[in-house]
Amino acid sequence: MPTPTDTPVIEFVDVEKRFGDNVVLKDLNFSVARGERVTLIGPSGSGKTTILRLVMTLEELTGGYIYIDGQPLTHENRDGKRVPVSKKQQKKLRTRIGMVFQQFNLFPNMTVLENIIEAPVHVLGQSKKDAITKAHSLLEQVGLPDKANAHPTSLSGGQQQRVAIARALAMDPEILLLDEVTSALDPEVVGDVLNILRQVADTTNVTMLIVTHEMAFARDVSHKVMMFDGGRVVEEGHPDKIFTSPEHERTQRFLSAVLGDQ
Amino acid sequence: MDFFEDWPGYFEVVVNWSDRLLEGLWTTIQLTIYGGALAFVIAVALGLMAGSPSLWLRAPARILIEFFRGISLVVLLFLLMYVLPQLWMRNPDLPLRDLVYNTFLLGVLALGINYGAYGAEAVRASLTTVPSGQWEATTALSMSWVHKMRRVIFPQAWALMLPSLTNLWVHLLKGSAIAYIIPHVSDFTAALNQLRRPTDIWFSHAFIGLVIYFLLALILTLFMQALEARAKHKLGRGPSLREVLSPAPKAAPPDAAGPDPKTLTGPGGGPKQPASGAGAHPGGFA
Repeated sequence: MPTPTDTPVIEFVDVEKRFGDNVVLKDLNFSVARGERVTLIGPSGSGKTTILRLVMTLEELTGGYIYIDGQPLTHENRDGKRVPVSKKQQKKLRTRIGMVFQQFNLFPNMTVLENIIEAPVHVLGQSKKDAITKAHSLLEQVGLPDKANAHPTSLSGGQQQRVAIARALAMDPEILLLDEVTSALDPEVVGDVLNILRQVADTTNVTMLIVTHEMAFARDVSHKVMMFDGGRVVEEGHPDKIFTSPEHERTQRFLSAVLGDQ
Repeated sequence: MDFFEDWPGYFEVVVNWSDRLLEGLWTTIQLTIYGGALAFVIAVALGLMAGSPSLWLRAPARILIEFFRGISLVVLLFLLMYVLPQLWMRNPDLPLRDLVYNTFLLGVLALGINYGAYGAEAVRASLTTVPSGQWEATTALSMSWVHKMRRVIFPQAWALMLPSLTNLWVHLLKGSAIAYIIPHVSDFTAALNQLRRPTDIWFSHAFIGLVIYFLLALILTLFMQALEARAKHKLGRGPSLREVLSPAPKAAPPDAAGPDPKTLTGPGGGPKQPASGAGAHPGGFA
């Protein structure tokens, strides 16, 4: 459907997320434009990952609204009343969103190829032949052309994560959510995985919402960096500005702690 | 002691009665297989319902599981055998008359729902044991509930639930002995019991009974262990069923050169290594 180019792909309006009495996100408003790459940084427990999980509908939104391409993802505002949207609408929007997890989460009961083609064939209804062709080219892209028939458990962590990236891309997502995708990897393979993601960022127009501790990567690929603390945005801006001359004291403290390690 | 001197006599009687005993054995096997199959279907259906996010599926499943788990199998059998048919006796026009009068079928039904309720708990518990990351990945790929269950979650839960299901099936086999109270159904226990009355050879009757039930349980267990090995192999854990079943030396018989280094480094090569230095590198010298 035709959407005006200035319609944000992701829009958070007054978002609130509580786990019981624990308020994780409060009055959160931000939007992400089509093709934009936004990195969320901040200390653990600041709510970054929760934001990705809300977009993927892995967590229930307890207040406010999230819009994908201008359409409500979980609840809509009908004459001031907050009404849940239909499961059908939610599912339709969700197929535009892909996610790569920290722990890869490949299906151990399927081969690499089966992992990649499962959803394109059975969810999107692509022909098996097309899906397989595409899967092979994606495996080529992530540097694992000879692993199509391998078992996920026989792969290293870095290889599993590359398959997981291929699996997410096979769905042709408009939005790609990257949740600390290198945190569970050996340091020496982190670079490979990040290079593949850089290449995806360079060659596609996919919108990316990224949570990472790899500040160099964040600086390379992001258009915008948002610093979170205690469920609120402390500071946001172009990565060059955030990483070289952060204004807020909390950001300075966080960055010097994170970058000082290296 | 007369007791041991009479051994030949015991077995002569058993041989004379072998037709009845084999018939009873066959009935027991049928009860175990059909009862087990029904229990499995009930276990999966109720287990999936009990693990579903919808309250409308979960609540009835919980009630049925708790009810069928809580009732005594003996009382259930009495109810099905002696109370249920009364309804049909008083109202001969009711449908399904043949089914209600088929005592074998009622026996299978009683075993199926009683053990199925136990099995449902095993199914539900193993579904929750599948890591949450797997569930989340299916959501991220927009799979429907049926799709994720059939293709991702259940195949993984299957390997986890098999040990519990094996236990229950062996229980069901032994529980099927209760069928000896069912009219017109003569299972193995009933046949043994009949053997006892005219012959007064209680010892061999009990002894044969124990051994036969044990052997049946052993066969069930081995079969289920094979299923478990296969399920685990499919998840990338453990060897394939073929590797489990074939003894190591027969792994590659057609290839004359192949087995040699394998058998040497396998059972033979290991312990011998410290004794002879050459044995440590059999491949290099061949």
